[in-house]
Amino acid sequence: MSESRKFSLPILGEVDRRTAVKAGAATLGLAAWAAAIRPWFEWTAELNPDEVLQKHYRELTPEQLQVILNKLTDEARKQSGKPAVVKDHKPIPGVSFAYALNLSICIGCRKCAEACHVENNHDRPSHQSYIRVFEMQKGGIDFEKGNANYDHPVPAKDKYYMPVQCQQCENPPCVKACPIEATWQESDGIVVVDYNWCIGCRYCEAACPYHARRFNWEKPQIPANEINPNQSYLSNRVRPQGVMEKCTFCLHRTREGKLPACLEACPTGARVFGNVLDPDSEIRWVLENKRVFVLKEELGTKPRFYYFFDK
Amino acid sequence: MMIRQETVSYLRFLRRSLHVATDGGWLFYAWMLVLTAVALVGANAWAVQVRDGMIRTNMTDHVSWGLYIANFTFCVGLAAGGVMMVIPAYLYHDHDMHEVVIVGEVLAIAAIIMSTLSVVVDLGRPDRFWHLIPGIGKFNWPMSMLTWDIIVLNGYLLINLHVVGYLLYTRFRGAEPNPKWYVPFVLLSIVWAISIHTVTAFLYCGLGGRPFWNTALLAPRFLASAFVSGPAFILLVLRVVRVGTELPMSPGPARLLVQIIRVAAVVNLLMLVSELFTLFYAGGAHLASARYLFFGDHGKYGLVTWIWTAIGLNVVGTILFFTPAALERGWTRVAACAMVIVGIWIEKGMGLIIPGFIPSTLHEVVEYAPSLTEWKVTAGIWALGLLLLTAMLKVTVAVFTNKLSALAEIPPVSSSS
Ligand code: SF4
Ligand code: SF4
Repeated sequence: MSESRKFSLPILGEVDRRTAVKAGAATLGLAAWAAAIRPWFEWTAELNPDEVLQKHYRELTPEQLQVILNKLTDEARKQSGKPAVVKDHKPIPGVSFAYALNLSICIGCRKCAEACHVENNHDRPSHQSYIRVFEMQKGGIDFEKGNANYDHPVPAKDKYYMPVQCQQCENPPCVKACPIEATWQESDGIVVVDYNWCIGCRYCEAACPYHARRFNWEKPQIPANEINPNQSYLSNRVRPQGVMEKCTFCLHRTREGKLPACLEACPTGARVFGNVLDPDSEIRWVLENKRVFVLKEELGTKPRFYYFFDK
Repeated sequence: MMIRQETVSYLRFLRRSLHVATDGGWLFYAWMLVLTAVALVGANAWAVQVRDGMIRTNMTDHVSWGLYIANFTFCVGLAAGGVMMVIPAYLYHDHDMHEVVIVGEVLAIAAIIMSTLSVVVDLGRPDRFWHLIPGIGKFNWPMSMLTWDIIVLNGYLLINLHVVGYLLYTRFRGAEPNPKWYVPFVLLSIVWAISIHTVTAFLYCGLGGRPFWNTALLAPRFLASAFVSGPAFILLVLRVVRVGTELPMSPGPARLLVQIIRVAAVVNLLMLVSELFTLFYAGGAHLASARYLFFGDHGKYGLVTWIWTAIGLNVVGTILFFTPAALERGWTRVAACAMVIVGIWIEKGMGLIIPGFIPSTLHEVVEYAPSLTEWKVTAGIWALGLLLLTAMLKVTVAVFTNKLSALAEIPPVSSSS
């Protein structure tokens, strides 16, 4: 320890041998700390400083938002090698979305879950999707007897199938939980996440009663040629690491007047989607003429996702 | 002029405190070295986790909170329990207690820092921490329970820092502390201690979709267990201080702590029994998680060993506290303390947070056991907390034994450890 005699901390004043040794130890300690947290700096070096200081989505001026969209578009093009665009789709006034699913004809083929996986630029290795399809025992609606990991030809005898995704609750517990308003409900009823604002505390995931939220445990991996180039800021753009995501009723499609990818993929026509404020819509007809029900009604979350049986 | 003198004197206090806090015998240095090493391992594991993503943990979308939040819950309890020393001292004017009260508050400071760190390491994006700062971020208050928790925890930290700082600094100057400047804060800290643990309980029991947490008994159970783990930890600290330093200590306060623990431990066990009874006798949505926790479900038994270990430790620990030997200094008391601390750490963590997620809200049973990264980071947080605690205790003891005093001209070169 003889070299450490050279060190001295001005603040310590009395520079006896002991103090010098301590100062040496402190210097060594600091060096060790710097070495220990080096991976942190490897990570921050890749961060974009503008993004680190970016304001909340709803506080951005149109100009600021445009700058961000341009930058994201550039990134998406680089990443996919395609003429990708990241747009910002605003809710359409006078529209309130709802979804209904006919359990009598759903056959549990999981085509909807697969379509979601592709449409929404989900992580490939984990086969992520916003939809989970449960194989249920006929005779009740008891998830305890359900199974989402079935692996046999469908439909199986004495079973029916229940796809579950975000219910776009009118009274969403996830939104209440978030400490920083990184997730909120828009005027058409869709609950969205600002991926550039979320801190990844996962309180919303604990709060959601429908297992609808997904966390990016690592940077999503998608081969360039499989990336969906039609992207939106609040929905299917490739998500950053460490933030929350969820089903957005494909707002990048539905706010352009198209149907959700899961609905288009369904081979049986079990899914009905539309604007409940439009009296001539199919969804309105279903809600008025079928005995529809929602999941966990007792929680008071008021889902916009309805289920019904034909018979 | 006055202010200038004050500042100089205060800076001198800080400088001398730093000196005292880093000075000791070889045992002290060895202890600090080991703690630093563990903290470094933890810091490294955390930095890697930030770089590679939370995939380094074993958490999933099914079990989305794990060891970190478990440890957070325990540390909040420890912080609340730390102030339990204060109640008898100030409400009943028990003068023996006054000198040791500060130990409880020092413990509270270290525990709050540990709980804050436990949340920080749980964030997927710690670089965006500033979003949580009211004013520049977007603080979802009063809607989100988490914002309430952030407020009460920080408030508690400030109160305790003030009380400890004020008492030590006045002692250092050789002055009598002015009750006006600390008694109101001490009383406030008692109420506040209850609030931090209650609000933390609300964090979980406010979630309607998680029936295992959605019980009115959660907050009272939190408090009861905090009144066990806090005083038990203080008893251990007092023992180290008594054996390792020259601070004279009367046996009275420790006896009082044992009495507090006796009552709280029994209440805690009673509430556990009543909850178990309601669960298994009446059934209900609550049952699935409880069944998995205590007996396993669908051929999965991940938490069974944990919870029965916890119950075993808590029951034996409580029995030990009721033996006459627990009132005396000795190993019975130490063993009892260690048992209830570990028991409650499991019960409030692995036994409370994890089963809230198993089965999931759609009744899927996905198991969870912490990864090596999570263990390293958690150990690192404890090491850092103990480092802080040790340093603060060194200063406290030095002030109370008049080794660290403005009146003593030459600072003592070394104090025992
Ligand atoms: S289903 Fe879950 S994620 Fe979707 S709005 Fe409701 S609480 Fe939020
Ligand atoms: S994970 Fe993100 S969206 Fe969810 S509560 Fe935390 S900050 Fe809000």
